[in-house]
Amino acid sequence: MEKSVEKKEFELARSIEKEEKSKRAEERLLNLADSLYNQFLLGVVPHITLPSRTKANIEYSIKEDVWVYGDQETTRSVNTVRGAKTLLKTVHLAELLIKEHLKNNRGSTLREIYYISENWDIAKFHEQAESDRLIEDLEIVTTMHREDFHVRPEEDGAAVFGPLRLKEQTRRGEKEMHCQEDVGEAGYQIPFNVDNIEFLNHDAKMVMAIETGGMYARLIENGFDEEYNAILVHIKGQPARSTRRIIKRLNSELNLPVVVFTDGDPWSYRIFASIAYGAIKSAHLSEHLVTPSARFLGVQPSDIVDYNLSTDKLTDKDLQALRSELTDPRFNTPYWEKQIKLQLDLKKKAEQQAFAGKGLDYVTKTYLPERLSEMGII
Amino acid sequence: MEIAEELAKHQKAISVAEFFEKNRQILGFDSAPRALITCVKEAVDNSLDACEDAGILPDIFVQIKKSGEYYQVIIEDNGPGIVPEEIPRVFAKLLYGSRFHALRQSRGQQGIGISAAVLYTQLTSGKPTRVISKIGPSRPARYCELLINTAKNEPEVLKSEDVDWERPRGTRVELEMDGSYVRSRRQSVYGSLKSTAIVNPHARLTLVEPEGNMEVFERATESLPKKAYAISPHPAGIELGELIKLLRYTDKKKLRVFLKETFSSIGAISAQELCNLAGLDPEVLPSDLDHEAAKRLHIAFKQIKVKSPPVDCLSPIGEELIKAGLEKEYRLDFIATAVRPVSVYSGNPFLVEVGLGFGGELEKESRIEILRFANRVPLVYQQGACAMTHAVEGVSWKNYSLSQPTGSGVPVGPVVLLIHIASTNIPFTSESKDAVADVHEILVEIDLGLKEVARKLRRYLSRQSVLMERREKEEIIRKILPRIAKKLSDVLAKDEPDIGPVVAKIMGNLLVFRKVERVNGRLSVNILVENHSDLLRSFKLHEVLAVQADRVTPEARVISMADGYDYHWKLSIAPGKSAALSYSVAADGVTLTEPVIEGLDAEIVTGARVI
Repeated sequence: MEKSVEKKEFELARSIEKEEKSKRAEERLLNLADSLYNQFLLGVVPHITLPSRTKANIEYSIKEDVWVYGDQETTRSVNTVRGAKTLLKTVHLAELLIKEHLKNNRGSTLREIYYISENWDIAKFHEQAESDRLIEDLEIVTTMHREDFHVRPEEDGAAVFGPLRLKEQTRRGEKEMHCQEDVGEAGYQIPFNVDNIEFLNHDAKMVMAIETGGMYARLIENGFDEEYNAILVHIKGQPARSTRRIIKRLNSELNLPVVVFTDGDPWSYRIFASIAYGAIKSAHLSEHLVTPSARFLGVQPSDIVDYNLSTDKLTDKDLQALRSELTDPRFNTPYWEKQIKLQLDLKKKAEQQAFAGKGLDYVTKTYLPERLSEMGII
Repeated sequence: MEIAEELAKHQKAISVAEFFEKNRQILGFDSAPRALITCVKEAVDNSLDACEDAGILPDIFVQIKKSGEYYQVIIEDNGPGIVPEEIPRVFAKLLYGSRFHALRQSRGQQGIGISAAVLYTQLTSGKPTRVISKIGPSRPARYCELLINTAKNEPEVLKSEDVDWERPRGTRVELEMDGSYVRSRRQSVYGSLKSTAIVNPHARLTLVEPEGNMEVFERATESLPKKAYAISPHPAGIELGELIKLLRYTDKKKLRVFLKETFSSIGAISAQELCNLAGLDPEVLPSDLDHEAAKRLHIAFKQIKVKSPPVDCLSPIGEELIKAGLEKEYRLDFIATAVRPVSVYSGNPFLVEVGLGFGGELEKESRIEILRFANRVPLVYQQGACAMTHAVEGVSWKNYSLSQPTGSGVPVGPVVLLIHIASTNIPFTSESKDAVADVHEILVEIDLGLKEVARKLRRYLSRQSVLMERREKEEIIRKILPRIAKKLSDVLAKDEPDIGPVVAKIMGNLLVFRKVERVNGRLSVNILVENHSDLLRSFKLHEVLAVQADRVTPEARVISMADGYDYHWKLSIAPGKSAALSYSVAADGVTLTEPVIEGLDAEIVTGARVI
């Protein structure tokens, strides 16, 4: 009885909070429209100013321990046809979000928004990347998150497996589950809005984010999660915001150390960077998504030598990506400099699966225990 | 017998005909497709030269037919015809012609071309060449069947008889030879005639191809090109040997007279000056000059400045006809032409003309097309070896808005370049007349001509980009801005904002912005005039009021009219600056009409009526 009252209060508080957020989002979008409107009245060429979202304009925030945008700005004005069209699209988008989403309490996926623009004539988006980017722009201008506009990404299938019990607020009511006992082999699928989850209890000592499905399945099959009390997160390539958010929450709310286990190539280092430092494209959300204490487990270029892994040659694109990382402020640490330079010398890369060449148990019995104790986690 | 005497027995003269029989590539008969092209080109060149000499508008018919394993080539013209006695030598003797000794621009020079075709015919098919020629309506036509006796380089006449021919005058040649007919590229009979038609817009050329398809390259003009006259050699760049030869064989008795009469552009004063410089007596007998004296005279030639050779020895196409020629065969957005003044190399006057066509249906991504012409004859082979190509490669086209991917070389873009060199003597790299040699003076002139048309292209393109920018702005103003304003008013549920001020800023206009406030029963009017252009704007601004205004700042001139007062200010506003005007007027019964601007174009003013 008592529990149900508590639950109701909780739900009430949540719905009030949600309503307030919607109101705030609407207000801020209206402010944006209003400022453009006033620019017309004042005879100022209508424009929006945004931080420029490039590698050159991210800087380390000591306060938050993450990478955020610097002071370089770009201006979108109606002085060019492109700029004018972008502003027109922005206004269309703002109208959609205010009138369809926030006023009616509905939502759409990123893909749906791209399709909705079909009816906008010259303001139609040419590709989904364009609408996605404009939504990010609106997040920056309003300092809100796209979830606050009721915009959600497509489910990407990232999953969690490990000794964790949680409660999820779904559209069909509350669901409680244990991420080892109540889930199938694929694990618990991460919902797009991770803030609808409440962690209840756990028995974990660490969180391990894993790039490939093959390695995630290998660790589950070998019982690594049980043996080492690890919460395994399958990040499925470049991690979605929800994946990064759940890692961040596991780290900050449950105080668990996070390690990232990827392939040993320049693209995988960027996956790690987006978890630990923040992504260039979404540095405005760094404080919300980034886990500064996350550490890179492997595959390290030095592992290629130390474990004599079978390798592939670096392609020209790989080499270019590695060199570009040397000028990326996020990788400007002695550790990364050493590893990247070593890899440039080796001209080789290795996949996570390369450990299979030494037997199916090698990764769980030898490599991971050695690396984790080296890192002081076990 | 000594060895030398033994060897001497075997030494004998080689006939030119025999020589060319063994070296046919020199004359441009080295491959089967090329043989047909060269043959047609030689015959057409002769016809054009003959028509021009006779003042006839050329109408040339070319037919190529398959005949067993050979090709039959027929070329027929409406030229002046050839007198019967000359026909055998014109067609069946090499190095026989009327133009070699004249310093005058013509297509043919050495008298080799058509006889080489006759020679090639008899070498490949073994058949004689058939010629019909008629010199006037009242004369009979002469029909000949000809071979060349290669050992002697003399014609062998198999048949010669008078026949009936329906034409009033003209010449028809029929040759049967080994060949292969190609189309669809520039190095073809079709391509070569198309090029010929471009630089000979006064000629009508008709081609009947083996499959029976007929192509007519119509005239673009009815007027004949200016006739080129023979001239004397020009002193600039003449070689010592040539000078010595002229001195020895002249019939002039005095050096002074010799200089004046033998060379073009030398008058009595220059002749005297030359003698002084060389330290020679002007009255001396020219043939008495020894080598040393001739050398001094030669040096003197280089020291004095003489005027350019007369233009009338050359027959340029002219800017108008280059334009007409290009327009006729291409669809283009823009054409630029340049005709350089007459210049001289080694005593030979020459002149360079350049035409550049841009845009239209030309390929954007491939290298530009170069049409090379020498004395109105298209050059189709050995483009890479030609001075004209080298000059094109030497220009830095990036400076003229064309891309040159490797930094030099033939540029890329939707351009066709026509280069024509007219000269009394074109310095070809070989007897097949495929490419012009890299003579310094010629390269310089082509370069100057190319840069002239390139500058015109750059101007055209920059004007286009200004227009583009203007069109882009129009699109913003007409299509996009009103929609943004409309959407904003929808979202905010407010009135649609006036986009005028923003339009003025984007278009760089003069903006008149009037604000009216009601204060104590009076209207307080403030007018702000902003100049968003990059030019100083001077004009008058009028406010027509029914009643008198007060507190007018700055002071305005007032003209009272039947129904009110015309207040006007004379204003001059610098770029980016503004002017503020104000006055106050009784509110009762006053309706303000739109402010009026006098002295500017309506397109550059926003927020006021323009008179």
